[in-house]
Amino acid sequence: MDWYILAQQLVNGLTLGSIYGLIAIGYTMVYGIVGMINFAHGDVYMVSAYLTAICLAVLFSFGIDSLPFALLATLAITMLITAAYGWTIERVAYRPLRGAPRLAPLISAIGMSLVLQNGVQLSQGAKTQGVPSLIPATLRFGEGHDFVQITLVQLMIIVVSLSSMAALTWLIQRTSLGRQCRATQQDRRMAAILGINTDRIISTVFVIGAAMAAIAGVLVTLNYGSFDFYIGFVTGIKAFTAAVLGGIGSLPGAMLGGLILGLAEALFSGVVNTDYKDVFAFSLLVLVLIFRPTGLLGKPEVEKV
Amino acid sequence: MDLPSFPRGLLAMVLAGGLSLSGLAGAAETIKIGVAGPMTGGYAAFGEQFWRGTSQAAEDINANGGINGKQIELVKGDDACEPKQATAVANRLLDQDKVAAVVGHFCSSSTIPASEVYADAGILVITPGSTNPKVTERGLPTVFRMCGRDDQQGPLAADFIVKKLKAKKIAVVHDKDTYGQGIADAMRDRLKELKADNRVVLYEGLTRGEKDFNALVTKIKASGADTVYFGGLYNEAGPLLRQLREQGLKVNFLSGDGSLDPAIVTAAGGPQFVVGAYMTSVREARNIPASQKVVKKMKDAGFDPAGFTLYAYASLQSIAEAMKATKSTDGEKLADWLKNHTVTTVLGPKNWDAKGDLKERGFSIYVWDADGNYKEIAQK
Repeated sequence: MDWYILAQQLVNGLTLGSIYGLIAIGYTMVYGIVGMINFAHGDVYMVSAYLTAICLAVLFSFGIDSLPFALLATLAITMLITAAYGWTIERVAYRPLRGAPRLAPLISAIGMSLVLQNGVQLSQGAKTQGVPSLIPATLRFGEGHDFVQITLVQLMIIVVSLSSMAALTWLIQRTSLGRQCRATQQDRRMAAILGINTDRIISTVFVIGAAMAAIAGVLVTLNYGSFDFYIGFVTGIKAFTAAVLGGIGSLPGAMLGGLILGLAEALFSGVVNTDYKDVFAFSLLVLVLIFRPTGLLGKPEVEKV
Repeated sequence: MDLPSFPRGLLAMVLAGGLSLSGLAGAAETIKIGVAGPMTGGYAAFGEQFWRGTSQAAEDINANGGINGKQIELVKGDDACEPKQATAVANRLLDQDKVAAVVGHFCSSSTIPASEVYADAGILVITPGSTNPKVTERGLPTVFRMCGRDDQQGPLAADFIVKKLKAKKIAVVHDKDTYGQGIADAMRDRLKELKADNRVVLYEGLTRGEKDFNALVTKIKASGADTVYFGGLYNEAGPLLRQLREQGLKVNFLSGDGSLDPAIVTAAGGPQFVVGAYMTSVREARNIPASQKVVKKMKDAGFDPAGFTLYAYASLQSIAEAMKATKSTDGEKLADWLKNHTVTTVLGPKNWDAKGDLKERGFSIYVWDADGNYKEIAQK
C-alpha cells in the first residue's frame, strides 16, 4: 500500500477516534462516580447537534458575519444548553432512583434515551438536517494524486479532544472539585459525612459530561454537515465501547479507547474490508477484556469490606 | 371496597366502556386499513411520507363517500425498518386492529417477512416503495407493489455506466441491507452480462446509521476507481458523496431510487457535493399531470409530497378501488380484481401482472444540478 493511503487512513482513524473519545468521557465520568451507564448520553450528543444548527442559523440571521465569533458563540451556547439537559436528566431520571437496585437507573436511562430521540423527532421532524460546509480549509501534503489531507475541522477535532481530556484530568487530579469527585467516587456515604454535598457533585459530573458531548456535537456537525435524531444511537454505542476498552471510570482510558477503536476501524476498513470493521473492533474489545477485564487503563476493583 | 382502589376500579370501567364503544363504532361504519413503515428510527422520513400520503388519500376518499358508504380508518404500524419488528407489527395489525388491507412496508427487508404474515391471513398488501425482486417472487397471491423492481433499475445503471460513462474501474458500495445490496448485486449481474465485471475493483458494504465513511473513501481512492455505484438510502449516500468530494475524488457517482430525495442535499451538506451525481428512479411523481391537484392540496397544507408520498396515496387508492368494485375485503378477491383491471390513480393508470408487479417498467436516470435540483436525462 502506498504511504499516502496509509497516512490518510491514520488521519481518518484519529479523527473518528477523537470523536469517540470525546463522547466516551461522558460515559466514563458518570460510571466512575455513580457506577451506572448513562445510556441517554449518546442522545444528549444528538441534541447538541441540533442546537448547533439552530444557534448558527439564529446568529447568521442576526447578520453576524464573523465566522470565528459565530462558531465560538455557538460552542458556548450549545455547551450551556446541553449542560442544562445533562443536569435535568440527572435530576429527573436518576436522582429519584439513587437508592434503588442497579437495574432501575439503567432502565430509566434507556427510557430517557427514547424520550430524547422521539421528542426531537416530533419537534424537529424525522428528516435529516444539516448545516452548510462552513470551513472548507484543508491542509494537503504531497503532490498530484498522491497526497494526504487533513481538513481544518478534523485538526480541530483532534486538538480539542486531546486538550479537553488533559483539562479534565487536571480538574479531577488537582482541584478541590476534583478531590470531592474522587471522594464521592470512593465512598459516597463517607464523603457525605465529611461534608461533601454528593448530590451536587454528581450533578456537576453530569453537567461536565454533557458539555463534552456538546463540544463533540458542534465539531461533528461542522465536520459531517448532517445529522438526524438517530445519530446518538450508533455513536453512543461506539463511544461506550471506547470507554469500556480504555477502562471505564478512567479519563485517559476513554481517550485511549476512542483512539484505538477509531484507528482499528479505519485501518481494518482500509486494509481488509469495510463490511467487517465492526466485527473486528468488537473482537478487539473482547480480546482486551479477556486479558484485562477492567480495560486498558482501568483499575481493578477493590472489594469493599 | 376500600377507598384507594375505588378510583382505579372506576377508571377501569370507564376504559372498558370506551373500548367497547369504539369497537362497536369500528365494526359498523369504518374499514380499517393498516399503514406500516418506519415511523420512528433513522428512516422515519419515509414513514412520514407513507403516513401523509395515505392520510390525504383517506381524507379524499372519505369526502367522496368512502368505500361503499363506509369510511376508511387508518391504523399506523411502526416497523422502524427492523425485520423482527415488522412481523410483530403485521401480527398486531391483523390480530388486534383487524385491518382489512395494508399499505406497506418500506424497507424490503421488512416487507418480505411481514408480507408472509399478511399472505397467510389472506390480506391484501401493497408496498409503495419496496423494490427488491423477492417481494413479489415468492408466489404470494395478495402481495403487490406500486413501484418498480431492482432488477430493472440496477441493470439500467449498469448500462449507463458502461455505455455512456465508459467507466474503466468501478467501485460498488452497498449498505448491507436487502434493498441496498440487492440493487448493487442487480447492477453487478448486468455488468457480467455486458462482460464488464472485471472492471469492478471494489465491492464493499458500509454500516447504516454511521456518518463517517472516510476510511472507505480513502480505499476507493487507492483502488483508482473512476465510477462509484452506491446501493442504499440518502442518509448514507449524502455523507458518502460529501466525503468523496472532500477527499478530492472526481469520480462519477450513481445510486438508486433510495437516494433520489431532496433530503440528500441536506444530508450531504450542500448542493456543491451532490452536483453531477446520477440516480435511477421511477418517474418523479410530483410532475405527473394526474397528480397536480393532490400535490397542490398537500403543498398548501404545508407538506411537500416528495419521494414515496404519492406512491402511498396511489396504493391506498388502488385498495379502495378494488374494494369498491368487488364489494369485498377478501384479499384473494381483491388481488384477482387488481390483476385483471386498470386502476386510475394519482400516478396515472396502473395495472399489475400475475406476480403483483406493475406492468409498466418505467425507470429513468436523473442528474443533480448545482442548485440542488434533479432532472431527468433523456434516454436514447
